[in-house]
Amino acid sequence: MKGFWRAFRRNRLALIGGVVVVVLAALALLAPAIAPWDPNRPDVKKILDAPSRAHPLGTDQLGRDVLSRMLYGARVSLAVGFVSVGIATLIGIALGAAAGYHGGTIDAMVMRLVDLMLVFPRFFLLLAVLAFLRPSIWTIMVVIGLTGWMSVARLIRAEFLTLKEREFVLWSQSIGASAYRIIWRHILPNAIGPVLVAMTLGIPAAILTESGLSFLGLGVQPPHATWGNILNEGKDAIEIGWWLSAYPGLAILVTVLSYNLLGEGIRDALDPRLRQNVGRIVSRAR
Amino acid sequence: MLGYALRRLILAIPLLIGITFISFFVIHLAPGEPTELQTGDTPVQSDKEVRERLRQVYGLDKPLHVQYWNWLNRLARLDFGRSFSPDARPVLQKIGERLPVTLLLNIVEMMVIVALAIPVGVLSATRQYSKFDKVTTIFVFVGFATPDFWLALMLMILFGVQLGWLPISGLRSPTWEYLSFWQQQWDFVAHLTLPILVATFGGLAGFSRYMRQSMLEVIRQDYIQSARAKGLPESVVIAKHALRNALLPIVTVLGLSLPGLIGGSVIVESIFAIPGMGQLMVQAVFERDYPVIMGNLVIVATLTLVANLIADLTYSLVDPRIRVAARRSRR
Repeated sequence: MKGFWRAFRRNRLALIGGVVVVVLAALALLAPAIAPWDPNRPDVKKILDAPSRAHPLGTDQLGRDVLSRMLYGARVSLAVGFVSVGIATLIGIALGAAAGYHGGTIDAMVMRLVDLMLVFPRFFLLLAVLAFLRPSIWTIMVVIGLTGWMSVARLIRAEFLTLKEREFVLWSQSIGASAYRIIWRHILPNAIGPVLVAMTLGIPAAILTESGLSFLGLGVQPPHATWGNILNEGKDAIEIGWWLSAYPGLAILVTVLSYNLLGEGIRDALDPRLRQNVGRIVSRAR
Repeated sequence: MLGYALRRLILAIPLLIGITFISFFVIHLAPGEPTELQTGDTPVQSDKEVRERLRQVYGLDKPLHVQYWNWLNRLARLDFGRSFSPDARPVLQKIGERLPVTLLLNIVEMMVIVALAIPVGVLSATRQYSKFDKVTTIFVFVGFATPDFWLALMLMILFGVQLGWLPISGLRSPTWEYLSFWQQQWDFVAHLTLPILVATFGGLAGFSRYMRQSMLEVIRQDYIQSARAKGLPESVVIAKHALRNALLPIVTVLGLSLPGLIGGSVIVESIFAIPGMGQLMVQAVFERDYPVIMGNLVIVATLTLVANLIADLTYSLVDPRIRVAARRSRR
């Protein structure tokens, strides 16, 4: 753990990413306290006002404050990111562990299912499903989670394939521990690093998907503010109000970028061998 | 080779049926029916009889497994049914009109990505940690994080609204008929510029990253060392010995990334009002047009499967090791 922290600290970009992630989470949590205006209160006298001191990021078609709406939107984006990745991770761990530990028919079936899901144009499937479920924050979370577990499953399976041959597993088996116990108590804790990385990198992907769906009008529905549906309203006003499109998208970009930097940083810190090896061998070859 | 391709094609059929099975049941089991939507805004809103008759017309009154079986049967004869929307045109015809546009968009996008990502990836790998490598790495991270619909809006505001250089919607100007032949061609290209720019951006980041990674791994290999040791110039070592091997995994990645690219065209097409498959899908989804949605899914899934197959075949064509392994396993 100490080695991990030392390696992580040296990665400046990952540190910045981590700080931004924490700040964003704080802003989202504190939204009701720090939002300057009520995010849903329209004001006919302030329709599509350009950014000013009263409204730092301008107002939208109904005269609502864009900054306040974005602060509340951050809650939705982050919540969708966390919950859907949580769902995806649980499914991925369950299926990947079963496949990797037991092998044989179970492995073959799970991997075929993974192939099937990977071949599928995910966005088309999401659209098709969301058209028929009443779109709400919960359906979005569940649907994104249900279509995003494949990479975790593959990862866990690969980890299990190597870990299950190790002595500590053979010993537990020899004293008669159940498969369930071995998987959860002995193998999984050893495979948690890659899972953590996959989760950190999965959150921004889920945020991007959610905002894309909301942008198309199939995600979280108004009046709930999300970054995606503010952008959707911005689309209709590109000729008058650039601020309505510019800021929410920037927020998505910064969020996704920070999570990605953090995730890659964690990965490099967990597995410093890879990076150093590459660097050393190449520099020697020159 | 041919046998392998055939085997893969046959294996793809259950996969395709699996896909349709899942989507059919998800779509039909979800609450809400197209008949509700169609009778919703007419005065006979609560008229149960009208709704029942519509259900019969569409075959929605039968049990689900019967509906699926019927649908599959018609699919086997390439009959995708008729659209539920008021025009009631055959689904295949509707998709047929739009498929070329989406294909064109995706093929051009693919070519641009490959043409740019390979040199960028190679350069940043051979000059790891150089300024060029650092700049491209930043570009890659930003590219990964940029929502394509936002990029589209920003480009529309900049080039369409502020500068007025490029058209921002559709495929043709309203005055298209009055333009000369070359003006028409130019008009078409101008309309496609922004959509392709947007569609390429994210993919470019991913591919140049893969290319860099793949190249870095190859450069470490012993045969590169030996190529250098026998005194070949660095350019030959990179262009001939390293590049060829580094391209191998890219072929697979290209095949695997297709669903994503096609999915991305949904957003690009609906922002730029391009009449392609993605736009049709979004419309159908809003209208709950079952046959069009299912037809779209089948076509897109088939395209993806075929493209994956082509990618795998190319892979074994360019990599002798795989060919040899396949021949051995057959014996």
